[in-house]
Amino acid sequence: MYNTLTKLKELKAPLGVGVMTNDTIQQKLTEKFGDALTDWQEPYGMLTFTGPKDLNLKVLQFLFDDAELKFRFLTDLQAVHYPDNKGAELAVVYHLHNLTDNVRIRFKVFTDINTPDVFSASALYQSANWMERETYDFYGVNFKGHPNLIRVLNVDEMDYFPMRKEFPLEDQTRIDKDDEMFGR
Amino acid sequence: MSRPVQYNNTVKFEGIPEGYMGEGYMATNFEKVVSLARKNSIWPLPFATSCCGIEFMATMASHYDLARFGSERVGFSPRQCDLLMVMGTIAKKMGPILKQVYVQMAEPRWVIAVGACASSGGIFDTYSVLQGIDQVIPVDVYVPGCPPRPEAILDGFMKVQDLVNAEGLRRRYSDQYKDLMTSYGIQ
Repeated sequence: MYNTLTKLKELKAPLGVGVMTNDTIQQKLTEKFGDALTDWQEPYGMLTFTGPKDLNLKVLQFLFDDAELKFRFLTDLQAVHYPDNKGAELAVVYHLHNLTDNVRIRFKVFTDINTPDVFSASALYQSANWMERETYDFYGVNFKGHPNLIRVLNVDEMDYFPMRKEFPLEDQTRIDKDDEMFGR
Repeated sequence: MSRPVQYNNTVKFEGIPEGYMGEGYMATNFEKVVSLARKNSIWPLPFATSCCGIEFMATMASHYDLARFGSERVGFSPRQCDLLMVMGTIAKKMGPILKQVYVQMAEPRWVIAVGACASSGGIFDTYSVLQGIDQVIPVDVYVPGCPPRPEAILDGFMKVQDLVNAEGLRRRYSDQYKDLMTSYGIQ
């Protein structure tokens, strides 16, 4: 029966595009960047890897430009704070999506919390603009080259980065809630 | 001829204030008349940010009928309203906006904090939420509950009516009141 699915298969075949798997993505990246990219994992089938923070734009640009990889959509961008990971306390995580083949990957860079400078991806992905502002707002990652790196969700007067682990969740300005009554 | 069905025959009338009456005139305390008028024609300004606002919708609607208390007209301009009803969580970023709305209201003005969040921050004991609106504006009546039932909101509203009724005409000019405003950085 000649249905839409077979039609699609016929359409796809002449293009000569092989099925993109995690192995082929890893292979292409390793060819380009060698041993710079480390810590390859596949949690729940999603390819995840780590790179040096100086290379983050080069890796993203390669993933964007490559004719087969085509990771041209930045789904999400955020930071994670690992206080015990001395010298690399802050992780910046990029979630990328290839819309043509519907493949997703995750790319991490780590930075020292004392010099939280990471190059901004906002020139490459428009969606990075607000997400980098949010990441700065909550974790204090200083995105170099960002056009307008100011707080986006919290009040402007806030003088700390609330999602860093050293700050307790509860509002510290409050004096009427004490441990005895509220178990804080 | 009396109508076959009697509707709403338990209407309660406001008492006439004490005074000296005669043929075609009445002399009484001006303050009492003004209080009586103010108390029974409060225009509320709903400032609803979350679930307490849903309870307020029920309070306004026909079943609980806030209009019974002279608040038929719920206004949405702070310049015309007497009572600011803050219902719901107020984030710290919302604080200055709430204060601006309050400042835009003309004197005399009253504020009611409906629900745990508006009163104290409620369950949101966190860096982003204002721990009670009395940190930015003075509050007259607090209604507890998460969210409070419409009956509780009506009870709070009647408490505001009592305050309005008892308030003297000169209170807003007193040094005490001016100090209160200054402590909130208003004027």
